[in-house]
Amino acid sequence: MAAKTLTIDGKSITAEEGATVLQVAEEAGIKIPTLCHLEGIYDVGACRLCLVEVVGVPKLLPACATKVAEGMEINTDSERLRKYRRMTLELLFAERNHVCAVCVSNGHCELQTMAYSLGMDHVRYEYLFPKWGVDTTQRLFGMDHNRCILCTRCVRVCWHIEGAGTKNVSGRGTKSHIITDLNMPWGESVSCTQCGKCVQACPTGALFHKGSTAGEMERDRGKLEFLVTAREKHQWVVAV
Amino acid sequence: MALEHASGDKRFKILEVHMKKHQFRHDALIEILHKAQELFGYLEDDLLLFVSYKLKLPPSRVYGVATFYHFFTLKPKGEHTCVVCMGTACYVKGADKVIGAVQEHLKIKAGETTADNNVSLLTARCIGACGIAPAVVYDGSVTPRQSPESALEHINKWVAK
Repeated sequence: MAAKTLTIDGKSITAEEGATVLQVAEEAGIKIPTLCHLEGIYDVGACRLCLVEVVGVPKLLPACATKVAEGMEINTDSERLRKYRRMTLELLFAERNHVCAVCVSNGHCELQTMAYSLGMDHVRYEYLFPKWGVDTTQRLFGMDHNRCILCTRCVRVCWHIEGAGTKNVSGRGTKSHIITDLNMPWGESVSCTQCGKCVQACPTGALFHKGSTAGEMERDRGKLEFLVTAREKHQWVVAV
Repeated sequence: MALEHASGDKRFKILEVHMKKHQFRHDALIEILHKAQELFGYLEDDLLLFVSYKLKLPPSRVYGVATFYHFFTLKPKGEHTCVVCMGTACYVKGADKVIGAVQEHLKIKAGETTADNNVSLLTARCIGACGIAPAVVYDGSVTPRQSPESALEHINKWVAK
């Protein structure tokens, strides 16, 4: 494969053709904030937190969905990017009902961690306070739509790793939400295998193990990576 | 051998012939949903399940697509439909006033149907008739340069009957 040379934050880097800006940056030790990206599943560029500046391109591009090109000059950190990332994050908070103190993922939440690391101390936008329900019809897991950020990780693990396609997104705009089969209670789903991969993938407290209370919900992302490596490379890397 | 739908409704058979024309391809989902809505008027759960089963697609995908596009409706439509174009040109020419007047008159919101199942009020995002803005589609016929008064006049013809 042809090699591409580019610079990220002034650092000159050689990358394989077809690699994404995010992959290349990570290999070079440059951290770009992400929320919808999950190792092992394909990217969709949904959360817009990984936006980067590319010299010569007027708009910002999502690092996870942008392929490297010869001579690219990329900036991953600037006043403009910090401004947009905070704005995006604040809008995510304003869109649903994120109440950390009572959330199962308090302390282990990627949205919360991101807000801390980007220095988000308040939200400048009006909260929508939508009325979303909690689906606890499933035997093992629950889904609280109030905490969902629509990153579609659960949709993608169900589709790409488990292969069942139980979850998807319904509607558009503020009406968008995650559905199970034909928008039915999760417990009545025919296609769901109850594998729990969606629960492992969720960045917030939207998907949780039943019975977990505030701050108790921890996830094991390693399980997903283990499965992807096993399926795609036929290597069963069991950490001892 | 084609499986017949349990209800024996012939329209399922017509729909299946249509799917066959598309070789049951996954990417023909939108065309199939178009046909299904044309045949049945709206997409109820049973119909979506039939499509998902025949195309061998997860029900969640079919439901997701059906709810994403404005054109598809999952609830039965009324006897008459009134589609107010809310595209940019129509909007600046007063489509908001037209829809406001109709909403107030029929006591329903856009996307809803009157309780007697007579009139469905819908909106569209530019129907490509910007030259005659604001345009309203009454029962499938595009009508130019509407005002709140002319719209109510048109709707009252349906209500009177």
